[in-house]
Amino acid sequence: MEMQEPGEGKCPEKPDKMKVKNLAEVLDARIVCGDHLADHAIEVAFASDLMSDVLTLKNDNVLLITGLANVQTIRTAEMSDISCIIFARNKKASPEMIGLARENDMVLLECRYSVFKTCGLLYQAGVQPIF
Amino acid sequence: MSEKVGVEYNVDGGNFTRAGYASSEIKKILKKLNVDMGIIKRTVVATYEGEVNIVAHAYSGTIYADIDTERVRIVLRDEGPGIPDIEQAMEEGFSTASSQVREMGFGAGMGLPNMKKNADVMNISSEVGKGTTVEIILYFKQIASS
Ligand SMILES: Nc1ncnc2c1ncn2[C@@H]1O[C@H](COP(=O)(O)OP(=O)(O)OP(=O)(O)O)[C@@H](O)[C@H]1O
Ligand SMILES: [Mg+2]
Repeated sequence: MEMQEPGEGKCPEKPDKMKVKNLAEVLDARIVCGDHLADHAIEVAFASDLMSDVLTLKNDNVLLITGLANVQTIRTAEMSDISCIIFARNKKASPEMIGLARENDMVLLECRYSVFKTCGLLYQAGVQPIF
Repeated sequence: MSEKVGVEYNVDGGNFTRAGYASSEIKKILKKLNVDMGIIKRTVVATYEGEVNIVAHAYSGTIYADIDTERVRIVLRDEGPGIPDIEQAMEEGFSTASSQVREMGFGAGMGLPNMKKNADVMNISSEVGKGTTVEIILYFKQIASS
């Protein structure tokens, strides 16, 4: 896998954190809105279709992977300070969702893989779970 | 920040498209007032849980927020079926949510317990057949107690 980072292999510490644009590459996903956040670094990820669960997370800067694509997914992310959502299972973000995501400066990605495969690929690429 | 801020929003039962509007507006106000980010998150998560509860379980409601230098207080009052057993409703996992509510990604029975966890103070009162009122308070400074 080619990474065109300057000073490649020079970092003796942890590997670089995944950025949104790296997620899109790994998942062959489409960035639907929030392109300007392509260099935003991802700390940890959480996968759920249950917004009730997402709302109980205490971490900041969480990446949400979900198969639930509705306005409440965006609202839940807004309240939880989540700025990056991956819609798996080929779910599409509606114009209304995209509008709300833009208002809240979020980046949305659409990916055709199942939630399981999406999580597997991201885990392999070094994205950390919350717990 | 020296002034007092008071706002209110109407919430329609059953209208999932609009659910979150009031919580979103309250978040904007708290941000403008430079409230600590952690406290904003706890406040809006708890408010949103309450707002979704009105949409999911009641007919209509009003959310009031008042903010002064020391605390934010949110009151969520609805006209609805009420809660017959508040203690049971507060248990994690207890839910009477409809299948429509579950399809929206809610109905895990986590909302009221999560409100309690996020708020410093939470009071619920309810009358069956009339409605429910939930009050939450979050203090801006940690109060030395318990
Ligand atoms: N405003 C309300 N009016 C009437 N009943 C309510 C109200 N709020 C909560 N309840 C009752 O209390 C139960 C528990 O509420 P809670 O918010 O904890 O879970 P939920 O709304 O069912 O699911 P979740 O919040 O996880 O999406 C509800 O299922 C409902 O029976
Ligand atoms: Mg609830």
